[in-house]
Amino acid sequence: MYDHAVLTALLVWPLIAAAALWAAPERLAKHLALAASVVEFVVSLPLWWRFVPAAGMQFEVTRPWVSGWGISYHVGVDGISLFMVLLTTFLVPLSVLGSYNYITKRERGFYANLLVLTTGMIGVFVSLDLFLFYVMWEVMLIPMYFIIGIWGGERRLYAAIKFFIYTMFGSLLMLVAILGLYFAAAARTGVHSFDYGFLLANVGPLGNAAWWFFGAFFLAFAIKVPMFPFHTWLPDAHVEAPTAGSVILAGVLLKMGTYGFLRFALPFFPEIALHPTVQLIIVALALIGIIYGGLVAMVQPDLKKLVAYSSVSHLGFVMLGIWALTLQSVQGALLVMINHGLSTGALFFLVGMLYERRHSRLIAAYGGIAKAVPLLATVLTIVSLSSIGLPGTNGFVGEFLVLLGAFRTYPVAAGIATAGVIVAALYLLWALQRIIYQRLDKPENEKLPDLTPRELVVLVPILLGIFWIGVYPKPILARMEPAAQHLIDIVKPAPPAALR
Amino acid sequence: MSIDLSTSRELLLALLPELVLTGWAMVLLVVVAWRHRTAQDLRIAGWITLAALASTAVAVWWLWWNQVHSEGITPMIAVDDFRYVADWLFLGAAALTTMFSFHYLEREQLLAPEYYVLLVFATLGMMLMAGGEDLFVIFLGLELMSVAVYVLAGFDRKSPRAAEAALKYFLLGAFASAFLLYGIALVYGATGTTNLTLIGVQVASLGLGTNVLLLLGLGLLLVGFGFKVAAVPFHMWAPDVYDGAPTPVTGFMATAVKAAAFAALARVLIEAFAATDAWQGIVVGLSVVTMVVGNLVALAQRSLKRMLAYSSVAHAGYLLVAVSVGDAQGTAAVLFYLAAYGLTTVAAFALLSAKGRAGESEVQIDDFAGLSADRPWLAFALAVCMLSLLGFPGTAGFIGKWYILVAATAAGKAWLAAVLVLTSVVSAGYYLPVIMAMYMRPTPFATAHAGVRFARLGQVALAACIAAVLYFGIRPNRLLDLTRTSGAAIRPAAAAPAPPTGN
Repeated sequence: MYDHAVLTALLVWPLIAAAALWAAPERLAKHLALAASVVEFVVSLPLWWRFVPAAGMQFEVTRPWVSGWGISYHVGVDGISLFMVLLTTFLVPLSVLGSYNYITKRERGFYANLLVLTTGMIGVFVSLDLFLFYVMWEVMLIPMYFIIGIWGGERRLYAAIKFFIYTMFGSLLMLVAILGLYFAAAARTGVHSFDYGFLLANVGPLGNAAWWFFGAFFLAFAIKVPMFPFHTWLPDAHVEAPTAGSVILAGVLLKMGTYGFLRFALPFFPEIALHPTVQLIIVALALIGIIYGGLVAMVQPDLKKLVAYSSVSHLGFVMLGIWALTLQSVQGALLVMINHGLSTGALFFLVGMLYERRHSRLIAAYGGIAKAVPLLATVLTIVSLSSIGLPGTNGFVGEFLVLLGAFRTYPVAAGIATAGVIVAALYLLWALQRIIYQRLDKPENEKLPDLTPRELVVLVPILLGIFWIGVYPKPILARMEPAAQHLIDIVKPAPPAALR
Repeated sequence: MSIDLSTSRELLLALLPELVLTGWAMVLLVVVAWRHRTAQDLRIAGWITLAALASTAVAVWWLWWNQVHSEGITPMIAVDDFRYVADWLFLGAAALTTMFSFHYLEREQLLAPEYYVLLVFATLGMMLMAGGEDLFVIFLGLELMSVAVYVLAGFDRKSPRAAEAALKYFLLGAFASAFLLYGIALVYGATGTTNLTLIGVQVASLGLGTNVLLLLGLGLLLVGFGFKVAAVPFHMWAPDVYDGAPTPVTGFMATAVKAAAFAALARVLIEAFAATDAWQGIVVGLSVVTMVVGNLVALAQRSLKRMLAYSSVAHAGYLLVAVSVGDAQGTAAVLFYLAAYGLTTVAAFALLSAKGRAGESEVQIDDFAGLSADRPWLAFALAVCMLSLLGFPGTAGFIGKWYILVAATAAGKAWLAAVLVLTSVVSAGYYLPVIMAMYMRPTPFATAHAGVRFARLGQVALAACIAAVLYFGIRPNRLLDLTRTSGAAIRPAAAAPAPPTGN
């Protein structure tokens, strides 16, 4: 019963809750949203125990939807999407709680949008029908557009429309490519279906068209990741979005891009993904992202922008790990995806909390606040260190695995990427130094209140996650391994002996 | 049920919907001749119109339900599913326009019930266009429709802008009709017939695919239809006319008139000219230019009405993509898209006219600032319309666009599909600002949206439109089946039986 209904429940429940919010009184909205998202998390938790690593796709449900076109409602979870779903249901209640004081106008609308967004995000990760995937991919755009555009900062309108148009540009081309795959499979088998497994098995050799289709998928996902040079929407969206928007954007939305590479771009077009030129370009872009993102982050006077650019750098690691295509590197990439969700999510929460106290995001506005807010300073330090990748925290495990795995495929690239870790240490430690340490020389900062219990409830679960993955990542890696191996087997059916 | 159109009784049966509507039009004319002064008279005429449209739709339904079709080569009027579905589109658009006009005409003090008479005659003309199996029937239908719409465009006699619109539309429309007529003459000269199926047979059997006379005629036909659907470069009239005409009439022109022209165009091209692919390249070229120019120019508009006018040009481009496919799937896509686009556009123009208030002041996109706070449901409705026009998943507009992409990709025109989606991205640049204004900007002053009113009947019609747009966006199955079978109803002449000897 649970196995059959859980994914559908996870998709439908936030919609019901969002609709109920419209009828609820304004002052109850945030509490109801919190309750709904906690329920969502609790419902998703048994996935962790009931998941059988070796069993491939599970919790599957298939129902015909638009049968005339072979479109079905087909959802399922494997070792790749499991963690994305759990990460989503984990971050949403925290985002709701973190917005309690930040969102003061049109609360109902805000939380309703957040809940609809939850459906869209989970839908992207569990869809096993390409049409359904596309619909979910677009559906999640609208609530995010509203969250940035209504509750965002000063330049919110610009940031919102830029976010929308960038994403739509990539995804519409992907739509044409999906149709191309659909007709290619139909021409070979006579069966019209958008089912993921069916298409994967029956698309067959595509010839030159594969380059176009891959290009379309690549563009859609690369914009979302975002890879350099498609990243320019990201700093705008992050800086203007409200705290919860930034957390969700960094924690989950960016992962949709890398997830898309893992789920679609690599398995459907292995011969192109392994083409030397394509490899060169993507690995080079990933490296540029790592180094460039870090360097640009270093010079940001705005703390939120600093965190935003650090995302570009972290996601570069993910792309490197995915394209290196060894078991360690793919697992590492998946782990970095989770870690980035936790650490960067926490960083955005902390930036938001500082902003609520001081109404400034400029690093220069702070200094020596460890004296005034010792608790906040401690958490900020821990989270920053985990983002840098200090051993004992989650960041270390993920980036280490990526570098270890990538070294076997691309030794030079792995070497350059290591420099990225150093850059990360530079920009974050320097920022820490200017915010927390040095002299408490600004009188406004002397009376800043420390973390409230509510804020601690938001941050402590993330800290627990940070240390858990840092110390004992084995249960997570064990659940990922078969899926990662399966992906590698699809893409590289007969690996050269030297790589094994 | 199979009928023989050579007997007059069964010919009358085939013409049942047109006859019903004509009968009602006569009734309406008589009523209007006696009662044409007060708002009460206006309402009576409106209700009669609704009754007329509803009973005609039932007549169409009866023919459809009994699967009435004809054997052999059909003279004059087609008896097939394509005609039935197209008729429903016109009748639906006319009925919605009527419902939205009730309040509008009273508000603007246009107390002339002749408005509804013209609406009914225009609808009759459209039905003849979609059902015409002969170029002359199509031409007659087109003229009947056009003349009525010329008058409707200038219906607000007090407004100089409306007068300008009507005159412009009339002069350029007359020009286009002349092109069409000359095209028909040349095609007749080349093939010796004006019956679509027989033209198709002649072109195929005599190998007229490269005949100069025929191609010239075909080109002139395309110019004539291109004008009616407002395809670039024959679109120059559209923004001014759409802008100047009374808003419900604009909605009617952007949906029903366009739908009728597309229905006739699809039938003519597929039934008569399937044997020559000369038109395909032209239609593809027209569609690309129309999509690009329509979308780019719409970006620059500040007035919502002009923006919708240019966006309707862009949508004509998308529809031309489906027409250029030239097979059953393409035709089905045209019908589905017309239904989705029609529902959305009629609703959008109704919302615009409600915002316009008395005197029909020009409504800028910025005038919608803060609408969501004062009138959440209206803002929601307009947001759904914008997303549907943008082709966003969850709305009928998306399924319509998807259908066109499917048809184009299946026919090996993936690059054309790519052009379509790229120009759609551009359209986000002018649809989104409307949503942005409504939801993300503050209301400029307290009474900014005070005068926005919807009469009860208009509310019902609007709610029905929005519900349908969302429903067909999520469960398109029934409408898909309907358009698929009716799209397959018009076939190239090659599939028709052997040509008769004594024609």
